[in-house]
Amino acid sequence: MIIGNHKESYASDEAIFRTPATRAWMGIAAVAALVFPFVAGDYLLYLANLMAVLALGALGLNILIGFTGQISLGHAAFMGVGAYATAILASRFGLPFWISIPAGGALATGAGMVVGAPSLRIKGLYLAIATLSAQVIFEWIFTNWTSVTGGIRGLNVAPASIAGFRLDTDERIYFLIVGVTVVHFLLATNLRRSRWGRAFVAVRDRDVAAEIVGVNLFRTKILAFMVSSYYAGIAGGLWVYFTKVVTPETFPLSLSIQFLAIVIVGGLGSIKGTVYGTVFMTLVPELLKAGTGLARVVWPTAQSYLFPLRDVVFGLLIVVFLIFEPHGLAEVWNRVKRFFSLWPFEK
Amino acid sequence: MSEGLVHLLQLLVSGVVTGGIYALVAMGFVVVYKATRVINFATGEFMMLGAFFAWTAMSAVQAPFVVALLVAVAASALLGMATERLVLRPLLGQRTISVIMVTIGLAAIFKGLAQIAWSGDYRSYPAIFPRAPIELGPILLPSRQFYPFLIAVGAIALVGLGFRFTRTGVAMRATADDQMAAFGMGIDIRRIFSLSWSLAAMTAAVAGIVVGIIGGISPQLGAIGLRTFPVVILGGLDSIGGALVGGVIIGVLENLAGGYVDPLLDGASLKEVVPFVVLVFTLMVRPYGLFGTREVERL
Repeated sequence: MIIGNHKESYASDEAIFRTPATRAWMGIAAVAALVFPFVAGDYLLYLANLMAVLALGALGLNILIGFTGQISLGHAAFMGVGAYATAILASRFGLPFWISIPAGGALATGAGMVVGAPSLRIKGLYLAIATLSAQVIFEWIFTNWTSVTGGIRGLNVAPASIAGFRLDTDERIYFLIVGVTVVHFLLATNLRRSRWGRAFVAVRDRDVAAEIVGVNLFRTKILAFMVSSYYAGIAGGLWVYFTKVVTPETFPLSLSIQFLAIVIVGGLGSIKGTVYGTVFMTLVPELLKAGTGLARVVWPTAQSYLFPLRDVVFGLLIVVFLIFEPHGLAEVWNRVKRFFSLWPFEK
Repeated sequence: MSEGLVHLLQLLVSGVVTGGIYALVAMGFVVVYKATRVINFATGEFMMLGAFFAWTAMSAVQAPFVVALLVAVAASALLGMATERLVLRPLLGQRTISVIMVTIGLAAIFKGLAQIAWSGDYRSYPAIFPRAPIELGPILLPSRQFYPFLIAVGAIALVGLGFRFTRTGVAMRATADDQMAAFGMGIDIRRIFSLSWSLAAMTAAVAGIVVGIIGGISPQLGAIGLRTFPVVILGGLDSIGGALVGGVIIGVLENLAGGYVDPLLDGASLKEVVPFVVLVFTLMVRPYGLFGTREVERL
């Protein structure tokens, strides 16, 4: 049982990592993350990169939905804006990644500002549908503005390089992707305890009350949209350097829905939960793939059911979590942790 | 009549036909929203399942079309009821995002199951209607658009009249109007919720069959559900008449864009995106739509 976790100053109460145990675990995680690419195989490395990009995007959506309570069905579109901006700057203007990725983030922020603007007038369902139409319209632009986006053939991008060192393998790009993602997770943790983060939560819990205590609703909502799409834009930029190609099919509505699923399964409003959700929602389809691969021995056509089965499991996870575990994996984790830290005094 | 005028008339007529079908799909949304304030993102998948139910009845036991239609409607009614009871009721009063996501999850489940049960191939119904195209003055309308359109109009009329005149219809409208008052008058709200979902699933099944006759049946048939949001919002989320008007407006606009603008853009299709542009404008100017109830909220 953990005891003696008391705080003697505001600084220690507000610290991001608040207990020695957390700090120790974070240290171990950091070392593990640094060593990982040297020991892991190609497949695991690919998964790690994929998860890092998805986690970054999902975190953006969690800031919008989980913190601020604004719904977006168009998160993938913002990721697309960031990705296209990055790809165009890199391939047409030959800019290095440390300019093109932030620039992509900036453009996505602008797009988020425009799409978020109606959020003052409309909320709930209507906002969901407004962002859905943003998704459709952006997707249409990606496909049809051929002169800029390359149409359905998309754009190819040279690998990122810094000072002559080319980040052209999954192993090398890992450090860029995971590094950027970790920094942004820390930023989000910091944002939550700041004035703005608290304003986000106030707007989510009761917008009228928030307005009365002096939170400017419009500015807060717009800011939430901007931060959220900035995260998506950066994730899009990383995605470009990860896959080295960008096409309109990369950012469909189903990706927006996947982000939503990650946020819900992980835990609305939980930063840790975003990580759990991403890992979980990425691993489940991979496990299914492995499972149907094994089942082929006894059931030759199993593989052909993989994709529909994926849909079914994906939907079931969303439905089951919403009904039985609405606070997501973050809450499950807390419960498990509480059980062990209270042991043997639980209940 | 000049060629240009005939072209315009042709576009208008096919716009109205598309609109009638949109309106029927939109009814599925409206019926559920009116009673339960839920937008059912799985409406398209309910359509797809309805279409497959009818197809199975027709191809497996050679049922005549009318029987197949009734079978599909009945099966869908049960499915709608079960969905409400098992999935939506536990989430009553939850955050909007939860309710939206649960219907999106349902959509994924239905789509996957349909693909497992019927595979991803395109199917089509056996020939049901006379082949000859319908001549309306100078305009030709293919028979596989004309008859489904009639079915759609019939179904809309049936639901509309049911809402207006039957006892249950009145109870549904009362519930939509003021849940507490309706409850106080002895209306069983839970029964109304359940009935609304099954009615919505029934309308969706008819809509699915109609769309299936026109364009073939596949697990992707539900995609049209998404394209109906502009109609629902333009008409007003809780207005059945609005669904009709919205459907026709969007259908006509879409066809005009397809007929006049698309040939000028090489390869791009404005037709696909026009409804959503209309949707954005509606939300900015009049979010409750043409005939929807205006929800007043002051900040």
